[in-house]
Amino acid sequence: METKKINLDTNCPNTWCPGCGDFGILMAFKQAVTSMIESGTPKENIVITGDIGCSSKIADYLGLNSFIGLHGRSISLAEGIKMGNPDLKVFAFLGDGGCLDEGISHLIHAAKRNTDITVIMHNNRLFALTTGQFTAVTPKGLKTRSTPSGSIEEPLNPLELLIASNASFIARAYSSRIEDVKNLVLEGAEHKGFSFIEILQPCVSFYNTIEFYNERVYYSQNPNLESKESALKLAREWNYNGEGRIPLGVMYKTDRPVFESETLSLVPRKEDFEKCLKTHS
Amino acid sequence: MKKDYSIIVGGAAGQGSRKAGLIIAKIFKKLGYFVYIYDDYQSLIKGGHNFSQIRISDEFIAGRREKIDVLVAFDKKTIDLHEKDLNTKGILIFNKNKNPEEKGIGIDADSIVKHLQGKPIMANTAMIGGFLKIIGINWSIAKNVLEKEFGEKDNLNMEIAKQAYDSVNTLTKIEKSKAKNPEYLMTGNEAAALGATKAGLDIYYAYPMTPASGILHYFAEHEKDLGVVTIQPENEIAVANEAIGSAYAGKRTMVASSSGGFALMSEAICLSAISETPVLFVNSQRMGPATGVPTYSGQSDLLFCINPGPGDFENFVAAPSNSEESAIWTGNLLNWSWKYQTPSILLLDKELSEGTFSVSKNIFKGIRKEKELLWNKKGEYKRYSITESGISPLSFPGTKDALIKTSSYEHDESGLTVEENEAIITAMQEKRIRKFEEMKKIADSEDAIKIYGNKKSKIAVISWGFTAGAVREASENLGLKFVQPILMSPFPVKQMIKALQDVEEIILVENNTTGQLGVLMAMNGIYADKKVLKYTSRPFTIEELEDRITKAMKV
Repeated sequence: METKKINLDTNCPNTWCPGCGDFGILMAFKQAVTSMIESGTPKENIVITGDIGCSSKIADYLGLNSFIGLHGRSISLAEGIKMGNPDLKVFAFLGDGGCLDEGISHLIHAAKRNTDITVIMHNNRLFALTTGQFTAVTPKGLKTRSTPSGSIEEPLNPLELLIASNASFIARAYSSRIEDVKNLVLEGAEHKGFSFIEILQPCVSFYNTIEFYNERVYYSQNPNLESKESALKLAREWNYNGEGRIPLGVMYKTDRPVFESETLSLVPRKEDFEKCLKTHS
Repeated sequence: MKKDYSIIVGGAAGQGSRKAGLIIAKIFKKLGYFVYIYDDYQSLIKGGHNFSQIRISDEFIAGRREKIDVLVAFDKKTIDLHEKDLNTKGILIFNKNKNPEEKGIGIDADSIVKHLQGKPIMANTAMIGGFLKIIGINWSIAKNVLEKEFGEKDNLNMEIAKQAYDSVNTLTKIEKSKAKNPEYLMTGNEAAALGATKAGLDIYYAYPMTPASGILHYFAEHEKDLGVVTIQPENEIAVANEAIGSAYAGKRTMVASSSGGFALMSEAICLSAISETPVLFVNSQRMGPATGVPTYSGQSDLLFCINPGPGDFENFVAAPSNSEESAIWTGNLLNWSWKYQTPSILLLDKELSEGTFSVSKNIFKGIRKEKELLWNKKGEYKRYSITESGISPLSFPGTKDALIKTSSYEHDESGLTVEENEAIITAMQEKRIRKFEEMKKIADSEDAIKIYGNKKSKIAVISWGFTAGAVREASENLGLKFVQPILMSPFPVKQMIKALQDVEEIILVENNTTGQLGVLMAMNGIYADKKVLKYTSRPFTIEELEDRITKAMKV
């Protein structure tokens, strides 16, 4: 069978720092999308959204439909796109700052309503594009440009938060493990409902965590994917602060009604404007 | 002689005075009258004081009078507050079981309800029943409207109304009107919802905030009939960004909030502008700044809507004054948003949003969905192709062989971020400027302003938004010219200058402290000579306007 080569490149110059973890995510995502297209998803039905930060530059580097929106609002844009056309496959890219600082309300509510999008959070554990300030997941004590004496805040555990928010698919990956990232993206995309994939991603310029992650990450399979208790146990193995092992893989997965189909089922195809008008006579 | 009556129905929150007011209004509509209802309530759920003022006339009206002909009081407070406004021949109707010693006509409302084993709130039904008899409405007309309101199966309310009707005598007789019998009664919010629907609205997003919430309630209640998907996200920022996302996917979207909530959408309006993604934003102003006076009137957001966010861009702003204009201009703005791929702002206010106005049947027949400029599917698709008009053809994700890349960053024709190439950055800004020039043509061609009253008068009164309704009437009574701009951005400079060319004195009337329309006019080279401003958070009455405009003329 003759297969047409799938081109996912653009002519936009790449401005990530050499060695950035985002390159691994870009490569893995291209592989995942190629695989989706090869197995029948029309390329034109794939849409990615981004916000502002190194993570979202990925939209400029991918020859796919995309919308780079406002900082922290990537998820809201994605939700609107999915509601506008439920046939589309929508991926929301953003960083830990946009996802867990500026736009955390959207993350929680998108999980709660089980909107059918895949959120891919690049987690370098600080604001990088703005030259290094702390975010919600910066470890306590880390010196950044806005915390020269070390951050005094305890980091948030986003996976615990998502379990509490009823996210129906939660996974963690590491940008250096490209094959795992690709597989988790595919699994998340296939999941009907809200899927969240955290990708740990070293920032070589402001917080180089390559060795730290290489020593600690391990692939873990939750024996009972529908159990919040075992998911919580996995999520709590690492508190985003210091030591301990860092589990990767799918932590939680369950099926529940999807927001878009529930919403649209309430609206009939045939409208009756005149009937509504009559209530005013 | 022109018939013109005003009735106040008042009580504590939860006593149903608003519903009673609407029923009374519908009966007068049936008698052929034009109706306007002013609703006054506080930001509380039970207690306090609520009232509806129903004004009926042979002619279109959109403002309240100070003096009233009938006062229907559900409680003592209503009598205390409004008895002073009764005309010398005015009638006071009250609940005898609550206020045994008042002068006027008492209705045994509570006793009738108790006797028929109804709920206490049904006392309002008894009050309506008694009122209708007192002003000489035939039972057959009353019955017809009441049955429609209560539902034919609700015998209890009908029995209560009838017993109260029979318990009192007729004092006066309000005859049928010879007016043209306007077809509908609706609030400005409801009219906006219907106008948008006719112009092809697909999805409505909103977070609750008075006085814009009426639109959300209306769409939610009529979702099945109107076919407009109605969604309440977690906050105004989500609302605006989701609406932009849906528009990018090809669906017509509208969002609404009030002043402070609208301000939360500011950054998203900029995104709509730079990404050229059409969204209709509705701002139903309250008296500001910030939380302000939440359930009362103000017109203090005009200049903010003209410049709703950082960056060089222009957006449409229209400020209708009554429900007919609300329907028409909501339709216009939604269509123009898509035609020009731009944010639009419909500027309402509390009195327009929640006031009830007569609407003629033909209004909705004139509103239809106008087609946007779509990609012809030839050659390579570029979302931001440079064109002479500045308008680039639209295409939506899901279209074969088209890559739709959209951005909040300055971008090239393909939608990719540009930072280095100054020529592209310049070209893209100029493309949008050309589009704004196209938008300005609308300000010259459409009925962007209205002119009423004595066209030969050397004195012109200018007002806008809801306030315009009362100012028009007062100006007509005083024999003056009245000019009302509806499109505020792009400002209809040519039409305004033409309307004012033979005028020697301009009197500006607004519900704010600074005269914001005056500032906007001055930016366009038109200067008001005098200002009549009110900022008590309550709208002008006709009498008050006649008095203040006359005084202004003498200064």
